[in-house]
Amino acid sequence: MSVVVRNLSKRFGRQGEAAAAAAVSFAAPTGRITSLLGPSGSGKSTVLRLIAGLEEPDEGRIEIDGVDCTTTPARARGVGFAFQSYALFDHMTVHDNIGFGLRIRKATRAEIDAKVKELLLLVQLPGYEGRYPSQLSGGQRQRIALARALAIRPKVLLLDEPFGALDARVRVELREWLAEFQTSTGVTTILVTHDQEEAFELSEHVVLLQDGKVVQTGSPHDLYDRPATPFVASFLGGANVLRGQIRDGRADMGSFAVEGPAGAENGASVRAFVRPQDIRIEKPTDQPMANVQLARVERVTRIGGSVKLAVRLGTGESVTVQMAKTEIDGLGVELGDRVMVDLKEAKVFVEDYTI
Amino acid sequence: MSTSLPPIRSVESRRQVGVAAERPWVRWLLTAVALAFVATFLVVPLAIVFFEAFAKGPAAYVAAIIEDEALAAIRLTLVIAAIVVPLNFIFGLAAAWLLARYDFFGKSILLSLIDLPFSVSPVISGLIFVLLFGAQGWFGPFFADRGISIIFAVPGIVLATAFVTFSLVAREVLAVMQAQGSAEEEAAFILGASGPQILWHVTLPKIRWGVLYGVILCNARAMGEFGAVSVVSGHVRGQTNTMPLEVEILYNEYRFVGAFAVASLLTLLAVATLVLKKIVERTVSRQRRDAPAAGKGLALALPAPPTGAR
Repeated sequence: MSVVVRNLSKRFGRQGEAAAAAAVSFAAPTGRITSLLGPSGSGKSTVLRLIAGLEEPDEGRIEIDGVDCTTTPARARGVGFAFQSYALFDHMTVHDNIGFGLRIRKATRAEIDAKVKELLLLVQLPGYEGRYPSQLSGGQRQRIALARALAIRPKVLLLDEPFGALDARVRVELREWLAEFQTSTGVTTILVTHDQEEAFELSEHVVLLQDGKVVQTGSPHDLYDRPATPFVASFLGGANVLRGQIRDGRADMGSFAVEGPAGAENGASVRAFVRPQDIRIEKPTDQPMANVQLARVERVTRIGGSVKLAVRLGTGESVTVQMAKTEIDGLGVELGDRVMVDLKEAKVFVEDYTI
Repeated sequence: MSTSLPPIRSVESRRQVGVAAERPWVRWLLTAVALAFVATFLVVPLAIVFFEAFAKGPAAYVAAIIEDEALAAIRLTLVIAAIVVPLNFIFGLAAAWLLARYDFFGKSILLSLIDLPFSVSPVISGLIFVLLFGAQGWFGPFFADRGISIIFAVPGIVLATAFVTFSLVAREVLAVMQAQGSAEEEAAFILGASGPQILWHVTLPKIRWGVLYGVILCNARAMGEFGAVSVVSGHVRGQTNTMPLEVEILYNEYRFVGAFAVASLLTLLAVATLVLKKIVERTVSRQRRDAPAAGKGLALALPAPPTGAR
């Protein structure tokens, strides 16, 4: 385990305000990308800045390569950091930007030149030595920033929303590039992002944060299929929420009933999170079926290969359904049609009134 | 009235719509009022300074300036500026750094205090120092016992001038620093740079135009300050008289050529300041405009980085 964080806490401002990080613990495996995922204000950037040494923790420990470096100054921690805003030195050329850390370390001119050349090849911008940051596109700037961070041979690479300022297409391109880049360099990486897709695509290990606390840690698969809390279920996948009660061990939402959580008391209130992809629409039939409800199509939104539909259930609840365009076209569903709604899967949580 | 206008003009005015479509005579009247105002309050006084300075010919003008007392005043003014501007440059940088980068108790109070010298009447600023360091002042006797004179001497003038120009560099640099944030400094910090290295390699290059702008304003004010300096200087000719004070004395002695000759130098300083200020302003705003715009434009112009993501 290359980076281990134990009970890390940080509070900004006065007492009583919510902590930016509250007893955060996780381990980032060597040579892999670990994602810190969460909505804005969840404390993920604070945790990253604490690891970098840009902020001092109020409590807790940070270990890099098994060495406690909680009080080590940032420059001695051996970390590289990439900012959302790139933070390139605008008055310096690409060469001087990448060479900055080495120049500070009193490397010779020849060493710096060689290293810069090598890193520019690595970030696939060879020959860009003489350019200024203002002459580069956003994606190119971030790659130069990564080269600059790598120049000092960091043990850990910390990326704070590195693609947050880029437009969607470039972001996806750079994401794929970063995956290959990380594999080829093998440097332990911690990525902060609010983008679930980015986290899931880039890392096998995701730490999900909410209000400064770690709410779940695991593989994308774990988080997606076994969300630990209602927050995780709703954060990952824009879920529909249906309310109901436990009856005879099953969660009864009026419209649907599914297996209830183990040990739930009879009569307990529950919330069921149902992803739009986990609901199917079929043509109405006369045969009675389990867990199938009659509903009316109220809105149809076509987004490329898939179609989003808003359907109103008999109970008056509206749910969003997402299906492949080919399936919807095959069914010939139109606005206002009556359809059968089939619920495939739901994550059920007993309501917690002790919030 | 519109019929008397040339055809092209009427086409133009027909093209105008809405609020911009005043009647021609309204436009003429407003323009005339504005021009008259500018002429009365700006152009004529400026012209008169030079007109009066050269009233008795260039020889008299030169003679008035190379007169011992005038030269002494010029020298003193330059000395004061040479002391005050670097002082406030250092203070301004330090204060702006502190205010832009750190949160601490009393920050808003410090922020208001920095503006205080600018909002207080300069005469009051001068009086403050007389009350502090004058013969009957709080610290006056302490320095007098040690043979150091502050009021009615150069140190007093330096103090008063430094006080009234206190906020000029700090204000400008603070605005630039706040606009730029501190990510570059953090990047340099992680890359191993020490505090002085960050200041020299990262921060100063980032804020250099803001600093220059503040220094230009500070210098102009330091050389031109009258009120505060008048209170503490004692008006000893050849010793504690700065240029603005010299102008007043010469004028009161009815030596108009001399008064206006020295005044013309101050006027030239003002004009030079305005020109410099304009150049720096343009550079700063162009940099601000370019920084995000250039990135955006290039991002569109160079779609996928050629060898790009693969």
